[in-house]
Amino acid sequence: MQKKIFIIFLFLVQIGFMRAQESKMVPIQEGFYIPLYGATSKKPVIVKSFYLDIFPVTNTEYLNFVKRYSEFSKSKIKGIFADNSYLSYWRSDFDFGNANPKAAATNVSWFAAKKYCECQGKRLPTMDEWEYVAMADEKRIDARTKTEFNKFILSWYEKSKTYENRIGQTFKNYWGVYDMHGLVWEWTADFNSIFLSGESRKDKSADKNLFCGASSVNATDLMDYAAFMRYAFRGSLKARYSTRNLGFRCASTTKL
Amino acid sequence: MKKIIITVFILLFSLQSCKRKSEETTSTVSKNKEISDLSIYNLPSQWTTQDGKNIELKSLNGNVLVMVMIYTSCKAACPRLVADMRDIEAKLNKKTKKNVKLILVSIDPVTDTPQKLKSFAISNKMDNEPWLFLRSTEDNTREFAAILAVNYKQISPMEFSHSNIISVFNPKGELIYQQEGLGVNNDQTVNKINEEAAKI
Repeated sequence: MQKKIFIIFLFLVQIGFMRAQESKMVPIQEGFYIPLYGATSKKPVIVKSFYLDIFPVTNTEYLNFVKRYSEFSKSKIKGIFADNSYLSYWRSDFDFGNANPKAAATNVSWFAAKKYCECQGKRLPTMDEWEYVAMADEKRIDARTKTEFNKFILSWYEKSKTYENRIGQTFKNYWGVYDMHGLVWEWTADFNSIFLSGESRKDKSADKNLFCGASSVNATDLMDYAAFMRYAFRGSLKARYSTRNLGFRCASTTKL
Repeated sequence: MKKIIITVFILLFSLQSCKRKSEETTSTVSKNKEISDLSIYNLPSQWTTQDGKNIELKSLNGNVLVMVMIYTSCKAACPRLVADMRDIEAKLNKKTKKNVKLILVSIDPVTDTPQKLKSFAISNKMDNEPWLFLRSTEDNTREFAAILAVNYKQISPMEFSHSNIISVFNPKGELIYQQEGLGVNNDQTVNKINEEAAKI
């Protein structure tokens, strides 16, 4: 009897451990930054302290989620929440096929990513939070003016299929967060607050008829091509979309 | 000894919480089988009307919905968007108009309290059928905007940038048409609405 309990206990401890692994977060201290794109003025935006996942969500983790929430499986997800390419590289509902278990889960829609985080008691990071963390290199909170840093990001944009890589192989940044650059693009909670381009391609200048106040939100600094690319990409997304190079990670306002 | 077992059970039980939630959701989903895959009635979010009444979108099931996202303190495009909505309303087929709801959803739930929406409705003579004003939490609003492909961003405490899109939903809650831009020709929008409303 006692043996049995001991076994159950070990099992539980293991589950607890696995969960801890999944939910590994680091604190990000409050600070401010001037967004490279999307703000009305060059006024700094304050980012309140929060917690962010060290790694993007992996295939294994996403599989666990789908097993618990089968309505988010490949075959059962509702059309309003994801397009046809949702989890397209998975072999079936509960099998991600040849994909690396430790690679980032991609082909996930915004609705699914949001639900995943909510199920962990977390949320998606806001765009400001994400960008704030993403401007750090190994040593500095803001490395955006460093040539090397920008070169690294831009060279990644030229590489193909980095989404097949295991998480945690890029550099560990100032906050202890990995893979903000060099692996996959990531969803943010308010990705749909971008006014870069109307319906993605047609307007080079702000389309005043499509967007109220559009002209007041313009590039503050197009020098940072890397950030510009990210905003352009987000601006072209819709919440149902899922693509092979787009994953996500979760954040939390409070310590979990 | 018993205590340990109980603790183990409690632990096991607490680990199941995520799962139980999912089962609940599945059961509610299966109860509402008539809701189609692409319907906005899949959204569980709660909304408050200008009369302070709490509703789920589902309660609008069976109507043709014409929706636009605005905020009442807006000085630039929103008055024109509201005018566009009125324009549509004026052109609706009188016989089938009762099947249509014209809905203004606030993107600024902090400022746009039900009272604020009510006074906006009254001052714009829109505090009656077929008009309806809705607000929810910032999270639900962001999600709803995502469904409509409406982008918005707060650019100062009293100012938002937002897409000018009027969306039409059929009685099943499926998005069937979107009119983009301000003061554009609305013939097609009106035709779509009348067509759908006549089917009911």
